[in-house]
Amino acid sequence: MHYLVLSSILFTIGAVTVLTRRNAILAFMGVELMLNSCNLALVTFSRVHGQLTGQVMAFYVMVVAAAEVVVGLAIIVSIYRARRTVSVDEPSLLKG
Amino acid sequence: MDSVVGTGGEVAIFWIIAPLMVIAALALLFARKPVHAAVGLIFVMIGMAFLYTMLEAPFLGVAQVVVYTGAIMILFVFVLMLVGVDAADAAVDTLKAQRWVAYVLGAGLVAVLAGVIVTATLPDAVGLEVANANTNPAGVAHVIFGATVFTLELVGVLLIVAALSAITLTHREALQQARNQKATVRLRQRAYARGEGSQVLTPMPAPGVYAEHNAADVPALDPYGRPIDISVPRVLRIRGQELDPASFDGHVAQIAEGRYLSRPPAPTPEQSAAALAAEADLERAVVTETVEDMLAEERGDLPEPESDHESEPTDDGRSDLEEKGDRS
Amino acid sequence: MIEYSWLAIAVPLASSGLLLLLGRRSNAWGHLLATVASAASFVVGLLVLLEVMGRPVAERVIDVPLYDWLPAGDLSVEAGLRIDPLSLTFVMLITFVGTLIHVYSIGYMAHDRARRRFFAYLNLFVAAMLVLVMADSYALLFVGWEGVGLASYLLIGFWNFHTPNAVAAKKAFVMNRVGDMGLIVAMGLLFATFGSVSFADVDAGVAALSTVNSPMLIATGLMLLLGACGKSAQVPLQAWLGDAMAGPTPVSALIHAATMVTAGVYLIVRSASIFDAAPTAQLVVVVIGAVTLLFGAGVACAKDDIKKSLAGSTMSQIGYMVLAAGLGPIGYAFAIFHLVTHGFFKAGLFLGAGSVMHGMGDDVDMRRYGALRKFMVVTWLTFGAGWLAIMGVPPFAGFYSKDKIIEAAFVGSGWQPWVLGTVTLVGAGITAFYMSRMFFMTFTGKARWVDNADLLGPDDRRPVRHPHESPAVMTIPMIVLAIGAVTLGFLLSLGDGIVGWLEPVTGHVDHEAHPPVLPVPVIMGVSLALVAVGILLAWRQYGRNPVPITPPTGSVLTRAARQDFYGDAVNEAVFQRPGQDLSRTLVYADTAVVDGAIRGAAEGTVGLGQALRKLQNGMVRSYGLMILGGFVLIAVVLHFVRM
Repeated sequence: MHYLVLSSILFTIGAVTVLTRRNAILAFMGVELMLNSCNLALVTFSRVHGQLTGQVMAFYVMVVAAAEVVVGLAIIVSIYRARRTVSVDEPSLLKG
Repeated sequence: MDSVVGTGGEVAIFWIIAPLMVIAALALLFARKPVHAAVGLIFVMIGMAFLYTMLEAPFLGVAQVVVYTGAIMILFVFVLMLVGVDAADAAVDTLKAQRWVAYVLGAGLVAVLAGVIVTATLPDAVGLEVANANTNPAGVAHVIFGATVFTLELVGVLLIVAALSAITLTHREALQQARNQKATVRLRQRAYARGEGSQVLTPMPAPGVYAEHNAADVPALDPYGRPIDISVPRVLRIRGQELDPASFDGHVAQIAEGRYLSRPPAPTPEQSAAALAAEADLERAVVTETVEDMLAEERGDLPEPESDHESEPTDDGRSDLEEKGDRS
Repeated sequence: MIEYSWLAIAVPLASSGLLLLLGRRSNAWGHLLATVASAASFVVGLLVLLEVMGRPVAERVIDVPLYDWLPAGDLSVEAGLRIDPLSLTFVMLITFVGTLIHVYSIGYMAHDRARRRFFAYLNLFVAAMLVLVMADSYALLFVGWEGVGLASYLLIGFWNFHTPNAVAAKKAFVMNRVGDMGLIVAMGLLFATFGSVSFADVDAGVAALSTVNSPMLIATGLMLLLGACGKSAQVPLQAWLGDAMAGPTPVSALIHAATMVTAGVYLIVRSASIFDAAPTAQLVVVVIGAVTLLFGAGVACAKDDIKKSLAGSTMSQIGYMVLAAGLGPIGYAFAIFHLVTHGFFKAGLFLGAGSVMHGMGDDVDMRRYGALRKFMVVTWLTFGAGWLAIMGVPPFAGFYSKDKIIEAAFVGSGWQPWVLGTVTLVGAGITAFYMSRMFFMTFTGKARWVDNADLLGPDDRRPVRHPHESPAVMTIPMIVLAIGAVTLGFLLSLGDGIVGWLEPVTGHVDHEAHPPVLPVPVIMGVSLALVAVGILLAWRQYGRNPVPITPPTGSVLTRAARQDFYGDAVNEAVFQRPGQDLSRTLVYADTAVVDGAIRGAAEGTVGLGQALRKLQNGMVRSYGLMILGGFVLIAVVLHFVRM
């Protein structure tokens, strides 16, 4: 259960990172932190229930996170090439 | 619920690692320089690997290190170096109150989640001895390739798609034909013939050749002992961090006396301006002719007027192809 | 012929429509067609009259249904005609006098380019008036009522290029509208009480009522009286009649002397059953009649405009008729009798005035007339006949009809006969005075004009005029009317007379059983004496002494009478200004409150939109913040729900 509390703390820190950081890459890292904390929770529960399903799910999360990082960073690089900036505040064309 | 945490050894390790992980995560949150934040995240991930191992998931622990830390975080650092290493967040947020509201909400979130967890009743931990009877990797593999094999296939497709997308998203249209070694030499010769460029046919010496010092910021000396400015990287020259070789006279003697050198003085504005002015010369020293132009001239085609071929990589690649077709 | 009595309406209506539609193409013959149409109505009416006269008395009230007009559930109004002595009397009066005035107008409007349009409007008027008097229900009567109001508006403002004429037309129409409102309310009350607005049903319903003087009946009677006041220019809705003289003289003669203004009297007599069952309303009618009688007479005494003086006289004479109608069954027949004779001599007087104006260059100021009898003999004679008739000098028509009213006024108990009788007697005297004043100022005395500009001295305000007699097309109608003014009273008193003729409608009254409080010879003697006094006073002031060209400042009463006893000022203060203020307030309320509410709703929505717009600042991070906030909220809610 301590693991779960740790997981929630890390999740929160990850969420706040996403919200506060202006560098897109750092915000992305916050997302990674959130995914990791979810993995921790899944593994903890797998232990609680005595089944490996939690670990398998955590594995898949890892794989998907990897794919996501690839695509996300590719986008960031592409935006950087176009706009010379990686601030998340710059693309505000959907301003109402 | 302590049965989850298990034996006393586990508890001890947990209580050592967990606070460190939290501090590292806070470093991710608050660090000024992005690289520091990345390092903090790496630390968190390694801590995670420890925890996984303690939670009877050794396979995941290793996978975490290999995949996450070894690949993903390195990828992050690469991209950071590529684009954002200088981009330090300014102290003042463009969105006022964003920061504080985020902190408040974060505190609220952790309160809610922790509250839910604390008030929840978990069943007694069964433990994974039974499931790990055939060692953990075997057990995990049993589940992956057994019950969730379809998911596995899908995830495989996902990875392929991700790789393809990375290529597609970062693809840059080649505006000019790439220069190979042969083209480089020939262009340099033609520039020399025309009187453009640096008027030097040989490749530049690496910094430090002919020099008594091999530091990047110390210029090389020509056979006459004069410093060759262009042997110092451009960036350092613009920053005014090129050092005068003469200033090294007597340095060795000083060091032998036990007096250590201080850093060279910061460049004065005049030095920076002079360097920048020199930059203009450096621009001219670069070979500007393109391979296409060279080939076209050699074929005997009339030289193309300097049209502003600043076409961005458009989705409609057809137009580019047509123009290329017209050329050749 | 009775089944075809609607032809009397249809022919002039069709002629009017035809003339208006054809426009200028009918200019050459339009007036003739109109006159023939009017004459055709007269012929139809005459044939119907003869047929009805051939019937026994009990069968003289006939309802001729025409068609289902408003089949509307509970209120199903059928359009039909009521042919009875009362309506036939009016039909004869309208068509006969109307045709004569059509003939007169051929000459009077000979130089007017819009003559055809004038005749179209005259025909329209005749048709509408016939609808009014021949209707068998209040609803159809109202159609005719509105129709004559429309025709009056069109005709008063016929020369609308001169703005005061248009203003006068508007004034007449608006004041009529006030009266119309009373009639509509009355119709509503009748429908609510009796479920129908046809005369037959209302009469039957009132007869079936047990309570007399019920508030509903009084209210209905008063509302009907309001309508009658509007149409007949009685106090308090009298201010429009003087201004209506802005129309051409034939219009004044036909509409504002003989026919339209008598529609109010017709309405009251038609609603006899209601008024008989509501004595309080009758009292109000009588009072109104008496007040208007004196009011009109007073105004007529002071006006120098010949037409306005005649208008005041009309107002006063209709006051007599209204008074008589308010007396109940003993007075209905006399009111109608006086209405018929008045129609003849007043129309004759108006046509004579028109003839004088025609000869004096359309000048209406009597102070610039004088000694015209040598130059306009026929006019002088016909005008004189009308003058004697209206004063009630025997054996002219007015004597028969007006004296009967005075006698009926003296019938009753308590204060009523004395007050009413005295008022009518005094009114007779004043009538004699102002009519004689008019006659002497116009036709006798020294001429206050010259026929040659050389004869004018310095500071001489006399105009240059060339008075001449009017052409035959104008004088012949005047002669016919004069003959009527002379003989009609006597003729209509022969045998049962008109009173007996009207009995199927007004009911039989034994006049012997209700003697006046003064013996009849005394009344007759006093009235004749007052008439003589009036003539004498007028002769002394206007016949014998020279009449000043500039009107002298008279007494307070004279000045007030010149201003119509400040009727316009009263209207303005009581109705017009509060009405305008109310209008302005409502407009303000509309724009500020109603429009403001809608605009406020719109602006509120826009403002809300503007405020919400700020939520979308395009920054991904604030969206993320909102997501997190929402998530926390939901988590808390779920947690507590679980708990």
